Order: sequence, then C-alpha cells, then structure tokens
Amino acid sequence: MAKRTRITVRVMSEPTAPRLPDGIVIVVKRECETCQMVIPVLSQVAAETATHIYTQDDPDFPGEPVAIPDTDLAVSWFHDIETVPTVIRVEGGVEVARTVGWLRTEWETVTGVDHLGADLPPMRPGCGSMSVDPDLVDELRVRFGASTLSSRRIQVADAEDEFEMMFARGWTDGLPVVPPTEMRVMAMLEGTRRAPSDIVATVPPDLDDVTVEKVAVAAVMAGCKPEYLPWVLTAIEAACNDEFNMHGILATTMPVSPVIVCSGPGTRAIGMNSGGNALGQGNRANLTIGRALQLLVRNFGGGRPGEVDRAAHGSPAKISFCFAEADDTSPYGRLAAEHGIDDGVDALTVFAGEGPHCLVDQISRSPESLARSFAHKLQAINHHKLIMAFDAIVVMGPEHARVFADAGWDREQIVAGISEHLNRPGSELVRGAGGIEEGLPEAFADAESLPKFRPGGLMLTYAGGGAGLFSQIIGGWVNGDTGSKPVTRPVTY
Amino acid sequence: MTTILDPTSERNIVDRERLKRPDSLDGLTVGLLDISKARGDVFLDRIEERLTGVGANVKRYKKPTFTKPAPVDLRHQIATECQVVIEALAD
Repeated sequence: MAKRTRITVRVMSEPTAPRLPDGIVIVVKRECETCQMVIPVLSQVAAETATHIYTQDDPDFPGEPVAIPDTDLAVSWFHDIETVPTVIRVEGGVEVARTVGWLRTEWETVTGVDHLGADLPPMRPGCGSMSVDPDLVDELRVRFGASTLSSRRIQVADAEDEFEMMFARGWTDGLPVVPPTEMRVMAMLEGTRRAPSDIVATVPPDLDDVTVEKVAVAAVMAGCKPEYLPWVLTAIEAACNDEFNMHGILATTMPVSPVIVCSGPGTRAIGMNSGGNALGQGNRANLTIGRALQLLVRNFGGGRPGEVDRAAHGSPAKISFCFAEADDTSPYGRLAAEHGIDDGVDALTVFAGEGPHCLVDQISRSPESLARSFAHKLQAINHHKLIMAFDAIVVMGPEHARVFADAGWDREQIVAGISEHLNRPGSELVRGAGGIEEGLPEAFADAESLPKFRPGGLMLTYAGGGAGLFSQIIGGWVNGDTGSKPVTRPVTY
Repeated sequence: MTTILDPTSERNIVDRERLKRPDSLDGLTVGLLDISKARGDVFLDRIEERLTGVGANVKRYKKPTFTKPAPVDLRHQIATECQVVIEALAD
C-alpha cells in the first residue's frame, strides 16, 4: 500500500491509415490454404499489372512475387481486411473494387486480367484475416485506436499491485475493481455505437460532463461485459438529471440509492436474472450494471460516503441494486409499459429506493386477502403515519402473482385492490396518535381518509423464483418535485 | 508495467482567496439561506434575532427544496446582495 505510483500523461499522435499504392493490392497469409493455392495466380496478375502483395504472417510468403510484410497488421486493420486473400483495386489512392477468397470471375473483374488460375476450381472460400483474430483484436484495437481515448494514462509500477493501488486511491466501493486498462476500455467501447467523446450526462455532485469513454472506464472497473454498456449508459442518463435528482439521493441521510429495473428482450440477450435470486448475488449483468452507475458517481462525480454522501446507515443496495423483470412471462406486463414504453423495446427505470423488505403470505388464496396483506406491509414504509411523500415498488413473486392472475385481476385492479386498504383517517396519522409522536401535522386530524401513496406512487414489477409465496417491497425516498421522480428510458445502443 | 485510465473527471480545482474576515457585523448585510427542511425557519428566526441584535442587516432566502442544490440565480442574488454569508449544514 505504501508503494508509490508514477503518473505520466502520454501524448499520442492520431494513428493514420497507411495509404494503399495504386494498382492491385492483395493481402495474404501463409497459414491460409486458399492463399497457398492462388500463388500461381498472384504471379499471373503481377505479370500483367502493377501488383502489391501484403503478407500478414510469414514475410517470405509467397516468395515470388515478393510480398510487403504487414507484420504489425496496420494495412489489414485500417483497410478492414476480414478475409484472406483479399484483392483490392486502387486508383488515385482510393479503393474502387474488392473481392475476398478465391472466385475466378471476381478476381478477373477486379484485376482486369483474364484467364486466371485455369487449373484451379472456380471458387474456394478464404480464411480469417489475422487482424480479426479474437486473440489479437483487443491488442490491435489499442495499438491503432487507443489514442482516440482522452483519459489521463496512469502507469502502475511493476512492483506495485494494481488492485491495492486502486484501493489506496479511493476508487473502489470497498470491493476490488477491475483495472481499466486501455485494452479493456477499448473492448468495452465495442459495446456501443456511440463515440467515446459523446457526452452522456452531467454527474453530481461535482457536475462535470461525463463522456462515453469515462462511462466505459467505470463499466470495466465494475466488471461489466461490453454488451452491458448500453444499459449502463442509459442508467446514467436516467439517473443524472434534475427529475431523478441523483445529487439529493447521494447527499441524503436516508439509506437510498438508484434501483434499476430492466426489462425487454435485451435483458435475456445479456443474461440478466429475473428469476430465482433476482435481487441477490450471482448474476454478473445484474450486479455490475448497478455497480457501474455507483462507481461512476463515486469516482467521476466525486460522491463518496462521509463527504457529500451523508447517509446515516447506508444500505448494501448502495453497492448495486439492479434486476430484470420477467416481462416475457408476467401476467400483468411490465413497469416500463406503465411509463409509456412500447412492447419489445428494451428499457429501464431508475427509482430512488432502499433495500428490499420481504412480504410473507403463504396462506392467502383469494386476491382480496392477499391485497390486504400487501397493504399492511406497504403502510409501514418509512413510517406507517407518513403518507404521500414516498413511492414504492412491489416486486411480486410468481406464486403471489398467480393468486391475482387466477382471479382475473390485471395490473390496474391489483394496484387499486391494494390501494383500497391503504387509506387511513387523519386522526390515526397525526402527531401523538397511537401514543407515537411522529406523524402528520395536527391540521390533518379531521381528514376522513388519507391515502398512503400519491397517484402512480405504487409501482408493480414481476420477478423472482417459481417457488415461494413471497414478494419484495422497495420503499422510496422523498418523491415528486421535492425529491425524486422515477425515470424510465428506452435503452440506447 | 500496467497502464490504466484515470476514472476521475480529472478536474482542476481552483482555490479562490477569501475576503478578509470583518471586524464587526455592524451595518453589514448577512444572508441566511433556509434550505426548506422542516423547522429550519425556527432556527433561522433565532439566528436573525441574534444578528440584528449586533447591528447587522439580515436578508432571508429559501431554496425550493432541500434535496437539490440552490439554483444558480439564487446563489448569484445572495452574492450580490450580501457582504457576509453564514454557511452551515443541519438535519
């Protein structure tokens, strides 16, 4: 921990694509049998027209005609060679025609030379170019593309443990983070079509504009795979705005954090968990998407516990709280639809919530009875006498949802059926009522009936394992213009 | 040697020199910002009494909500109307 870290700022020049010479350019490698087969054809073409052969692996291949080594694969990388052999016609430095593999007619068209390879079969597929070899591509991306990244480079001395170094700098949430090397960040950026320099949001509390690149750094550190990046970007956009009020959620003394509810076919494509243990450990996508948002606010935004984060207790949910809805099997649709997202569109909702509480009701088989159980649990959120100021999300398990579905209740009926039992006379809620000093101001004492939730404040989601007559309740923070509104966004890829 | 990318915003923090602390509050305008927390006004009423008691002029301001930073316009207004600011955080 006491070891020193050297920091250098590396100024790199923009890598430029090698210019192709005019004439015919052919890219080959010895390892490819199709390339070996066309050696006589290469000589035929070279005899007729200006020909430049680039070889990827063995500089002595094909020998005759003599090839130009593309050992660093710069020509192959910058000219998008995906297959060898590739034949390109270049005029005035510009590519005007291309064919890949061996297809006699195509070769004759591109080269302008007739009767090529008369002894050869008319066609044979090529092989993969070394510049797209999965074992090499991450390194090549850094070699030729890393200078497009603008983040400061920090060199970790050989004798230093990079994990300990990141702990020492305060860049972790208390768990180890993955070192954001150029190679890992470049690979992460493959997960989105957005440019690294695109601005994603203004991140509190320091209120600096964050780029896609810095989000990718946070995603690497959190342990994300590149395919999770669009979800991370969308979560950050949804959280870092005045409506959601990430600043207040960070700064509050209450134990809340952004709860990310994901839905749509994309959740299944990236392997998110909406089933057993959906809110728990063990699923990389669930855990790391939520963690990436938290790490970004910590490291980029400057929001750390004990500083702007003033939580009295905090919550394990502040490390990461992200899950998927089982919207493909839900009997009552998904939360995103309630917020105006069309079917089939990947989306997420951020909600300012605390850790989940379990509702156990293993006896109720009628929707009326189960709705009453939910109401008892929900009335107690934050304090049973404090109303309208806090929203809540119900994460209903399949066995509870089935009770409502079997009775034909849809989403609207379930929410209405529960809400019906969430009204209390003001006399029960005011300060001093029931021998409890906490409560509403005395002015509410004469109100006949006061609801626990504001309209839309009770939100229904569907997730969990197939066995267990349980549901989870996620209580909210100060709602509306005063605090935070749930924000739902379609995922931007 | 491992090279990693800086995860911070790489911001450069500018330190501004503070004004000299006044010898007396007599005749100066002091701004009191109510952050809109319940009963904060009770506390600030008492502070105002104490300040006016030593000859200060007091101006009162209020944030729309305690959960969000003070709007830029409000901060500008306080800066232009007051000579002294009392900064405090309470909950």
